[in-house]
Formats: sequence, structure tokens, C-alpha cells
Amino acid sequence: MSKPHGIIAEFDTPADVMAAARVVRKAGFKRWDVHTPFPVHGMDEAMGLKNSPVGWFTFVGGVTGYTTGMLMIWFQNAFDYRLVVGGKPLFSPLFAFPVSYELTILFASFATLFGMLFLNRLPCLYHPLLKNRRFAQVTHDKFYVVIETSDSKYSETETRKLLETAGSKHIELVEE
Amino acid sequence: MASVVESKWATKGSTPKTLEREPLVLNQRSLGWISDRVASIVEGPTPKWWWSAFIISAGVAGMMFAMIGYLVSTGVGVWGLNQPAGWAWDITNFVFWIGIGHAGTLISAILFLLRQRWRTSINRAAEAMTLFAVACAGIFPMVHVGRIWLAPIYLAPLPNGNEIWPQFRSPLLWDVFAVSTYGTVSLLFWYVGLVPDLATMRDRATSKLRKFAYGFFALGWTGSNRNWSNYEKAYLLLAGLSTPLVLSVHSIVSFDFAVSQVPGWHTTIFPPYFVAGAIFSGFGMVLTLMIPLRTLCKLEDLITVRHVELMGKVVLATGSIVGYAYGMEFFIAWYGGNPNELYAFKNRAFGPYWWAYWSMISCNVICPQLFWFKKIRTNLIAVFIISIFVNIGMWFERFVIIVTSLHRDYLPSSWGYFSPTYVDILTFVGSFGLFCTLFLLFMRFLPMIAIAEVKGVTPQADPHHPLGGAKGGHH
Repeated sequence: MSKPHGIIAEFDTPADVMAAARVVRKAGFKRWDVHTPFPVHGMDEAMGLKNSPVGWFTFVGGVTGYTTGMLMIWFQNAFDYRLVVGGKPLFSPLFAFPVSYELTILFASFATLFGMLFLNRLPCLYHPLLKNRRFAQVTHDKFYVVIETSDSKYSETETRKLLETAGSKHIELVEE
Repeated sequence: MASVVESKWATKGSTPKTLEREPLVLNQRSLGWISDRVASIVEGPTPKWWWSAFIISAGVAGMMFAMIGYLVSTGVGVWGLNQPAGWAWDITNFVFWIGIGHAGTLISAILFLLRQRWRTSINRAAEAMTLFAVACAGIFPMVHVGRIWLAPIYLAPLPNGNEIWPQFRSPLLWDVFAVSTYGTVSLLFWYVGLVPDLATMRDRATSKLRKFAYGFFALGWTGSNRNWSNYEKAYLLLAGLSTPLVLSVHSIVSFDFAVSQVPGWHTTIFPPYFVAGAIFSGFGMVLTLMIPLRTLCKLEDLITVRHVELMGKVVLATGSIVGYAYGMEFFIAWYGGNPNELYAFKNRAFGPYWWAYWSMISCNVICPQLFWFKKIRTNLIAVFIISIFVNIGMWFERFVIIVTSLHRDYLPSSWGYFSPTYVDILTFVGSFGLFCTLFLLFMRFLPMIAIAEVKGVTPQADPHHPLGGAKGGHH
């Protein structure tokens, strides 16, 4: 077996994996994660995760979309080819609003999607965990705590013991 | 279980009885059962009913493409449009299909923000329905321009042959932006919701091709909680963006009419009235699709009678808003004192198109009032029949608004009567074929219920519930 990627510990219920997450966090690990079939309510707090920054991407996307809409309409109807319609002003933010509003939402949505993918390092073409057959149950009904070997606190015997005391019935090493 | 013990105590002692919430998934199904049940629709052998439905739908869709081919090769004269009704079935069908789409976004976004957890077992299919309805809607404005190969250039903000840019004071141009944004954002939202379920399909796949195809679109999802944290935030934000979007789309569609000066169109009640009508028609279509599917795909434990009943309540509420809007239009036509406006409304109810008006009133206003009765809301056959009436009524609503207003111009010399040709009728019928074909393909190749989301609303997903492994027995 080549150098392992990490150690995985399997749990049967969300409460068990959440209790284990608190233990792992308390022990001071940094490169670790909890894998679940659905988002478990309260897990972010148990793991000590901060509020996700996706909203900033959304905000920047929205501002860009609104500005794009206003500038595009001003450029097309009031600058590049001046178009008088019904004797009204060449440009007004009122008639330009509906289109700019839609572009705000369009750009903000794309920014949200790509921001989320960027923060999650997705798409991920290769992941050691996805080669593990046992781990495939994570999208079915099992819950896992994964501690990477690259964590400075990692030691094969001690970490295994810690996960055993946290209540896992199945622990194994995952190769790189 | 703990709850049973508790309620026994409650009847004996003085503590008030705790009311158990009705479960969203019946028969206490396990987490694994949910993935097995939903994935088996995709993984199992193709049922016979699917093939017969698919062949019929694809044939009907093919007829639509033949009609469009005839239209493009001959000219828009093959439709019944002429002065004074320069818009008729084409725009009616467009508004009809766009409206149907609205239920999908309402279920996926607005009910999500309102924390209506029952949405989880119907949102995936309803969002797919939205996408396919928008695709059907998009066909009509595309082909009505005649030179269909130039349609993308006509619609995009590009200069014409004289270097003049489109003028942004036209609500038709707003509509292009609204509908294309709506289609795109609905697709993004739907895809984001699909990613964890595609990972489930990938991990269950037995053949190499399936594993590659589902794995490719699952983007390497591992169910990591660090990922879920960003994912849930992004999902919430997309719901927050889709909510003002869906309300704006039918408002802008209504501006196509309200911003003009045609009597019967030029009214300020149009945006809210159109949005309510859109949600009404969309829920009608969701019910029409889901009631047979829950039986055919054996999803009775996931899409329960309670789901149908709740959707019936939405239909009742929005149907009553639509009925109020019909009444208010008449009131304002009289109260406003504009003779043209008053004539337009009298003509709607008692003129040559009286039959369309009264079909609309019976289907949209009278029919859904039956949902006041719980017996009818929980009777699946009755709900199915009423949902079809809702679909019919909402098509007539758009037809009534568009054609009755146009066929009586300001100049009596140009008055006329619109009748559809067979091409009009078959193109519209064909669009149902396209809609059903796309929906059948969706349910056969993608999980039609949001597996991860449904798991999340079961008691065993709650770390503070005894079934979720919580110690102490309280919840």
C-alpha cells in the first residue's frame, strides 16, 4: 500500500458522527472533514466552521450585472446611436431598470454557482475517497469522519484510538 | 418510541398533549430506502407504460416540428393571424407555458425560503417541469418572427441592418431578458440541487458508462461537510435570487400588454394578477403530472396525500386571487368611466367570444372553489380532474385577454373575428408532445425526487431526534 491519504471512521447516525466531530475538533486537528449523505443540521457549529463566504460572490455578481445593464442601455440608446422615442430623454434609469434588474439576478446567480464551486474546489477530477468502496455509502446512509495523514497531529495508532473511543465501528486507511 | 410514551403520559397527567407533526415520509422509511426507491426508477427496466407514453409524446412532438417546418417554408400566413388580431394563439401559448413554469420556481425557491419542508419530495420534478415549460414557451416567439434563422439576432441586443440598436423602452425587449434569465437561472438552480443526487447515482452505478456519465456531472462530490456548508449557502442565495426573479418574469410578461394602449390591456392590476394566475396554472400542471406518477412509480410514501392536499390549497388561494382580479377589472372598467374600456369588458363577457370567457370563469373561478372541502382535496381522482380544468381555464384566460381585446379595434372598420387554422391547433397540441417527451426522458435518466433533501427532512436525519441517534429520548 502506498502512502495513505487518510483514515476514515464510519458512523450509523447523525448524532454519533456529530459527537465524534466534536471530539476530533477538541483534539485540535486541522485537516479533517465530516462526510454525510445530506447536510446535518448543527454540524457546522460542531466542526467549528465559520459562515460561508459565498454571499460575497453573489454580491459582486449582482453589482456587476446591474452596472452592465445600465451601461449597455445607455451606450446603445443614448451614446452610440442616439434614439429618440416619443420625445422622451435619451436615457433614464427608469426604463433601463427592468433589464438591469434581470441582469443583476442573472450575473449574481452565475457568481453564486461559480463561487460555491471555487470554494469547494469543484469540479474535482480525482479524489482518493471516491476510490474506496466502503466510502461509496456516504451518498446512501452512512456517515464518515475523515482525518488526513497530512495533518500535523496525525499518528496512525493514536488517531485510530481516538476515533474508536468516539464510537466508530469501522475504521480503515484510505490510500492516496 | 419516546413520543408514544409521552402522549400516554400526557392523557393521564395534567401536561398538555403534544401534537405530533405528520411525517413527511410515510411508513418510517429508512435513509437507504429513499435512495433505493428513487434510484430504482432510473436503474430498473424500462416499464411498458413508459414506452407507450414516450412513443405517443415523441410522435406528437414530431407533428409540432412538421408544422413549424411548414410555417417556416411557407410563411406566417399559415396561421390564422391577420388584422386586427395580429397576436393570437402564438402569444397565448407562450404566456400559457411560461405561466406553467412558475410553480416549479415557487416550490423550489419561495417554499424553501418559507421553510415549507414538504416541498422536498416535489421540487425536483416541478423544477424540471419549469425548464421544459420554458422551452415550450420559447418556441412560439421564436417561430412567429417568420425567418426563424434570424430569431436569435432579432432577440439579442444587437444592431439591425441600419446600425440602430434595439430600443429599451419596449416591454417586448424586457421580456426577452426576463424569460432568458428565468430559463438560465432555473437551470442553474435545478443543477445545483441535482449535484448530490448525481453523486448518489454515480456511487450506485454498475456499468462503466453510467459511472462516467453521472460522475462527470456530479463534479467529484464527496458529501464533505465543508462543501455542504458552502453548498447550502449557495442554495439559499439562489432561492433568494429566484424569488424576485419569478415574480418579475410574469410581471414583465404582463407589461407586454399593460404598457400598450389597447382597451382591456392597459391596466395596472396586470402584474400581480398575472403572477397569481401563473402560480395557479403551474400548480395545476404539477398536480396533473404528479398524481399519475406517484402511482406509476410507486412513490406513495414520498408524495403523500398530504402533499396533494397542500397543493390543492395553493390552487384554491391563487384561483381566488384570479377570480378577484376578474371582478376588479370589471369594476374598474365601469368606475373608470372610459367608454372604450367599458365596451371591451362588456364585449368580453357577452360579445362574439362569450364562450371563451365563460369557459375561463367556470374553470378558473368556480372549479377550484371545490377545494374548500377536505374530502375533495384528498380525493386524488377529483383533484386530478380539477387540475385539468385549471390547465384549460388558464389557457382560455390568455386567449380571452389577447383576442377579445384585439378583435375590436378603435376603428369599427377594422373589426374582425379570429379563427385558428389547423396549423395553429396542431402546433399547440404538438408543444404538449414536446413537454411530455422531455419530462419522460428526465424521469427515466435523472432522480425525479431530491434524494438528499428528502433524507434531510426525515426524523432519522435529525441529530436531536431519538431516531437520529440522540441519547436521552427527548426531541
